[in-house]
Amino acid sequence: MSVTPPGPPVAAPSGVVADPLATPFFRRARWVVVALALAGAVLFPFIYTNPATTTIAVFTLIYVAASSAWNMFSGYTGYMALGNAVFYGSGAYFLANITTHFNMTGGVGVFAIVPLAGVFAALVAIPVGFIALRARRHTFVVITIAIFFIFQLLAYNLQSLTQGSAGMQTPIPPWTAATYNNYFYAAALIVAVLAIALSWRVRRSRYGLELLSIRDDEDRARGLGVKTGRVKLSAFVLTAFITGMCGAIYAYYLGSIYPPFAFEAIFDLTVALMAFLGGLGTISGPVIGALILEPVQQYLNLHITSGGVALILFGVLFLVVILLFPDGIVPSVAGLLRNFLRKRADPSSSGNAPPTTAASAQTPPVREVTP
Amino acid sequence: MGTELAKAVVDGVLTGGVYALMAAGLTLIFGVMEIINIAQGILVVLGAYLSYVLEVHFGIDPFLGLFLTIPLMFGLGMAIEWAFIRRLKSQNRTALSILVTFAVAIVIEGILTQFFSADLKTLNAWYIDQSLHIFGFYLPYIYLLGFGLAVVLLAALYVFLYRTRTGFSIRASVQNRTGAELVGIDINRVSGITFGIGVGVTAAGGMVFGATNSFNPNSGYDLISRLLVIVVLGGLGSVGGALIAAVVALVIEDVTAVVWSPVWASTMFFAVLIVVLLVRPNGLFGQQAVRAQ
Amino acid sequence: MTAAATPAVGVDAALLDVRDVRKSFGGLDALAGCSFTVREGSIAGLIGPNGSGKTTMFNVITGYERSDGGTIRFKDRDITGAQPGRIGGLGIGRTFQLTRVFGRLSLLENLQVGSRGVARERRKELYSDARCTELLDFVGLAHLMNVQAGTLSYGQRKLVELAMVLAQEPKVILLDEPAGGINPTLIGQMAERIRELNRGGVTFLVVEHNMEFVMGLCDVISVMERGVVIAHGKPEDVRNDPRVLDAYLGGAIDDEDPPAAGSKDDRL
Repeated sequence: MSVTPPGPPVAAPSGVVADPLATPFFRRARWVVVALALAGAVLFPFIYTNPATTTIAVFTLIYVAASSAWNMFSGYTGYMALGNAVFYGSGAYFLANITTHFNMTGGVGVFAIVPLAGVFAALVAIPVGFIALRARRHTFVVITIAIFFIFQLLAYNLQSLTQGSAGMQTPIPPWTAATYNNYFYAAALIVAVLAIALSWRVRRSRYGLELLSIRDDEDRARGLGVKTGRVKLSAFVLTAFITGMCGAIYAYYLGSIYPPFAFEAIFDLTVALMAFLGGLGTISGPVIGALILEPVQQYLNLHITSGGVALILFGVLFLVVILLFPDGIVPSVAGLLRNFLRKRADPSSSGNAPPTTAASAQTPPVREVTP
Repeated sequence: MGTELAKAVVDGVLTGGVYALMAAGLTLIFGVMEIINIAQGILVVLGAYLSYVLEVHFGIDPFLGLFLTIPLMFGLGMAIEWAFIRRLKSQNRTALSILVTFAVAIVIEGILTQFFSADLKTLNAWYIDQSLHIFGFYLPYIYLLGFGLAVVLLAALYVFLYRTRTGFSIRASVQNRTGAELVGIDINRVSGITFGIGVGVTAAGGMVFGATNSFNPNSGYDLISRLLVIVVLGGLGSVGGALIAAVVALVIEDVTAVVWSPVWASTMFFAVLIVVLLVRPNGLFGQQAVRAQ
Repeated sequence: MTAAATPAVGVDAALLDVRDVRKSFGGLDALAGCSFTVREGSIAGLIGPNGSGKTTMFNVITGYERSDGGTIRFKDRDITGAQPGRIGGLGIGRTFQLTRVFGRLSLLENLQVGSRGVARERRKELYSDARCTELLDFVGLAHLMNVQAGTLSYGQRKLVELAMVLAQEPKVILLDEPAGGINPTLIGQMAERIRELNRGGVTFLVVEHNMEFVMGLCDVISVMERGVVIAHGKPEDVRNDPRVLDAYLGGAIDDEDPPAAGSKDDRL
């Protein structure tokens, strides 16, 4: 009996066997694309040296990481967490506090605090997750929002830790205007790559299967022995870890943080939107979503001075994305590609079941990025 | 201290009643449609602005103005439901509704900022500055009138839900959406009306809010955070729960302001939620997760 | 309601022992002191008119509902009220009438969801890709192993459920309406699969409305009505038992399943 390695789950009419995207060609093609993207990302700041451009790039990378992290919990388990700004802000304030407390001077050394900030945010996620995850799905969403507002309040009120609305400063690095962004770009790129890699590893693992099973039928998953509470909490903590690191980089980059910026009401909305746009639950979806939306957001911030108009445009943009791209870009494109390739291989069929044999399942498929 | 405490409790009950009205709308929307209307906060602010415009530009008394603003907001609610909510597919519906209504809220906030700028406004009328002198303390008339308004509207809501056919359809849809559809209830119409009611009450809540607070377009965030806390505290979907939660939370907040400090009063408001959630993860009257097929 | 006498055939070899289980939903007694035994190595049937409590019984045994009274023992171990996950781990598998597969996962992934619930050594044994592919092959779906489960037909999903259950290497499998909604040619294959597994040592408890299927497959049948077992024995005996004929209005037991006299609801 042929032992075929696991392949990508594909939406197919019953009986249709071969996933045209599961061939070795596409598998290699995907790795080529990833390698090119990585090379491009590394070289980017050396090609586009304009600080205005690299600033947008830094924010984009931060959101790539944050969105991938958000997707790793909410996209995989289906529990919409809309309070991740809690971890973002926690990481930010952690870095600000440590650098202030130890009188650290600006420089590359401060980046060493970033992973610690991630750990701190992960620790914060444990009680937060414990409280929020015991609730049903819908209540969970609202609890995360409520907890977000609590943290924002705490940021204003816990003066000893956060200096309240006066905000806190982070060290100013001694780098020139020309190279200043590059260091942050590098740090953000590392975190982004880490987030994507983590996303990918989780998706391919049995642990990831459990997360996804929770999304489809949590009770059934529990019935099969999945320790749903533990699984959800650990994914939640992982998300917080990455998000906390993003917040720390953000704080260091800005030079100062204040409660409404560290704990920003639309952070989760933005991050969720990116994941939705790209494709919820996929690996590349949040990345693509962030790559598209963050530059747009930055552009709007820079060029629309009138506050009201910026908000209106923002909101309309969100509505357009959500209502017009309910599945997201990656699954839709993959679907179109599949249909196209199927039609090309067998022009007579519209996806109806060809006679099925074990032979066609023998191509060594790889788990695709599409769910 | 004693009278201050008593006053705090009374204040809490009175303002709690108004919050209860707005939270009732929010929880009813969830109960019928499984939608969480994040825009509820900014809609309250919109209601406040509408009352403001009527008062400042047309000299209409805020309470009388409700005859205009409530139907207007009701219509707006139905329009929002029709335009945005109805399109959402059933998968991920609740989550998408949060994003969609959040986006709508941002758009409304942007529009209000454009028209009114960030200046703080407030409503004016004879009963807003004056108080009733009773039992040794002063109760601002507006609080009493606001509470009375809330009671009247909640009673009207009760009558509507329990004594009319449409209300019956709404209650059936809360219990079992699919079942209601199967027996011929027009779920679209019911959804539209429910959303309209949920938003319509914000006109009243907004008026009272605008009369008792100074507001600007940014006030929506604080409002929605409180409304969400109240709704979760009471248990999503439970109107009675929302009522009790509103009064309890507001009383605790006001008492904390007196007993401890005003700075920590609002934090305590949220802390109550956390404490309750530890004991009842789905709120006071929320449905527990059931082990079922 | 008095519980009818329920002679267990070979009580000392009882694998599953249900005793006096009660369960009410509001005012309705779904199970009113239900007792029966399932002997190890047998294929036991559980039949009864609509509303007799069969699916509730399944739910209670497997932990999806909590009983209001009575005990359930598995291999002499009390499992009353245990969580579904633990029950699965003890070796009791269960399929669902309305199939519950993980729609967005592939068939292979569906089988492997439970893999981390067992110890590491067992994991390789039970949930390896090779074994799961074999199981899918056993139910004839190996060629679809990478297809999303949600896109399969109802009958195919039932087969996936069977494979999912087998992945756990259960001692006893509770099948909830395995023949429902399946075309006649497949039913025969399904019965053959069950017999094959039974020969390999798996005990079965089957809830079914398809009389031909049940009578042909099962060694022993328990008949439920209104929450209690009213008859128990070999298919021929049960077939002619007047109490059973009475429970099914119209007398003769055939493939039609008329509503029982007096049953007020359709709850299984």
